[in-house]
Amino acid sequence: MTSPDQPALIHARDLTKRFAAFTAVDAIDFDVAPGESFGFLGPNGAGKTSTMRMIGCVSPVTEGTLTVLGMDPSVDARRIKARIGVAPQQDTLDMELTVRENLVIYGRYFDLSRREAGRRADDLLEFVQLTDRAASQVEPLSGGMKRRLTIARSLINEPSLLLLDEPTTGLDPQARHLLWDRLYRLKQRGVTLVLTTHYMDEAEQLCDRLVVMDKAKIVAEGSPRELIERYSTREVLELRFPEGVLDATNGELDGRLDGLASRVERLPDRVLLYADDGEAAAVAVHERGLRPEATLVRRSTLEDVFLRLTGRSLIE
Amino acid sequence: MSTSARALVTDNPLTPALRVYEYCATGYRRIWRGSLFSTFLSPVLFLAAMGLGLGTFVDQSSNGALGGISYAAWLAPGLLAGQAMQTAGFESTWPIMGAIVWDRTYWAMLNTPVTIPGIVFGQLGWIATRLALAATAFFVVMVAFGLVASPLGVLSIPVAILTGLAFAAPICAFSATQRNDQGFNALFRFGLTPMFLFSGIFFPIERLPVPLQLVAEILPLHHGVALARHLCLGDQADRSDQLVHLVVLLAYVIGGVVACLITFRRTLVK
Repeated sequence: MTSPDQPALIHARDLTKRFAAFTAVDAIDFDVAPGESFGFLGPNGAGKTSTMRMIGCVSPVTEGTLTVLGMDPSVDARRIKARIGVAPQQDTLDMELTVRENLVIYGRYFDLSRREAGRRADDLLEFVQLTDRAASQVEPLSGGMKRRLTIARSLINEPSLLLLDEPTTGLDPQARHLLWDRLYRLKQRGVTLVLTTHYMDEAEQLCDRLVVMDKAKIVAEGSPRELIERYSTREVLELRFPEGVLDATNGELDGRLDGLASRVERLPDRVLLYADDGEAAAVAVHERGLRPEATLVRRSTLEDVFLRLTGRSLIE
Repeated sequence: MSTSARALVTDNPLTPALRVYEYCATGYRRIWRGSLFSTFLSPVLFLAAMGLGLGTFVDQSSNGALGGISYAAWLAPGLLAGQAMQTAGFESTWPIMGAIVWDRTYWAMLNTPVTIPGIVFGQLGWIATRLALAATAFFVVMVAFGLVASPLGVLSIPVAILTGLAFAAPICAFSATQRNDQGFNALFRFGLTPMFLFSGIFFPIERLPVPLQLVAEILPLHHGVALARHLCLGDQADRSDQLVHLVVLLAYVIGGVVACLITFRRTLVK
């Protein structure tokens, strides 16, 4: 993704983070190009947040190379931080201050004048649709509003690189879509987005390119479409069976699904058949005399990619 | 966005501390009225009850044990130093826990050019301001009660600030190591309250058994009390004694700041 005239905004080689005996990030390599929207997809505990914190210069690198905006976090942390925006996983808003004060004070940390910080705060409140809450306390805001305020705050220094750790975790669908829309606009303005998520739909919505992380390592890399093409089929047939049929000791399904699909996954609650033509597979299942309670044909998602790569679901 | 992305980062090491200080002050603006009231109320209550109430009783039965000084005048500077300790105790415990564990404001600051020394010096600078406000209010009340004999007494305000910081710095360092606020109750119950009672505020530490006297002399409050009392009563006590008091208090401040830099970093940078 990088070329001499377009140096990587983030460059990591053998990047490692250890906490005592525990390895949170295990020698990962990646590059993020300017203007790109780049994601870390993986389950909780995969090492995504640790990676983000190293990029954000708040967690020292244990081993390996990391440069952010061409600088070394161990030397130039303050200069890097001046040019990046960080929306952490847990909101760190100040409950004692109003919505607007939260933005202005944060701007002051970047040495903006009060006037400039105030001007930007007003623009950002407009951008995240919180103008009418400017004078309100933070506490009564909904989860989605707090998230939007956190993201507005991370933009106060007009960063060229925005780090978003689980931007929509815990939000209802409407709040998520509003947030995605705002993030998409930022991307259009040329802001480089780096985000972590364990939601495949979020990764598909927002990321040009992503890496799948599992157990501290990167297990795959590509665009969402590439990953699906490489690791899954075009469609997936989901079958639900009456209780008991899927028990390991029950041999009812043994052999009866063979040859129907390029791959079969037996999950605790359902069976997934990976086939380019899901409808045809569904017909074939019925022709073999199987009577699932429910059948669903859908397109492959990153969830299927993850299942294929790790043998586990993203959200357990 | 890139053309205007020129958030300045000065290399002035003071700047981050000033920003953190400004944050603390912004939060205080919201509550200053109520806070100011209680700042004055506490010395009025203490001096009325202990100084005038108990004092009248002591003066009648002491037969000049205090060298002709009223008990209220003898007590007031000690209370001034003692109150600085209490203020420091409150300002260095729950607010620090809040900024690390509950609201996580320090974590937010560290995502900006604000540094660990910036947080430590900004927060302690703010605590010094709170101490200055409380000590000034206390001193004004002392003057109003006619309890300050020497013009040098006004120097007991900076002494009270220094005494407060001798507690604030080590306590902040301690607070940064705590994951919940249970330790704070123990700190007040087994640390600050006994110190308040046995550091020479209410009676001279010479009345304590010798081992306890030594303990009182190792701890900072006695030194703040003695220094403030010298200044307010204008007695010509040994100058070298006063220097010792000053050095002990400064040692606690410096040791506490160093400890803060270590524990804040250990907690906040992982």
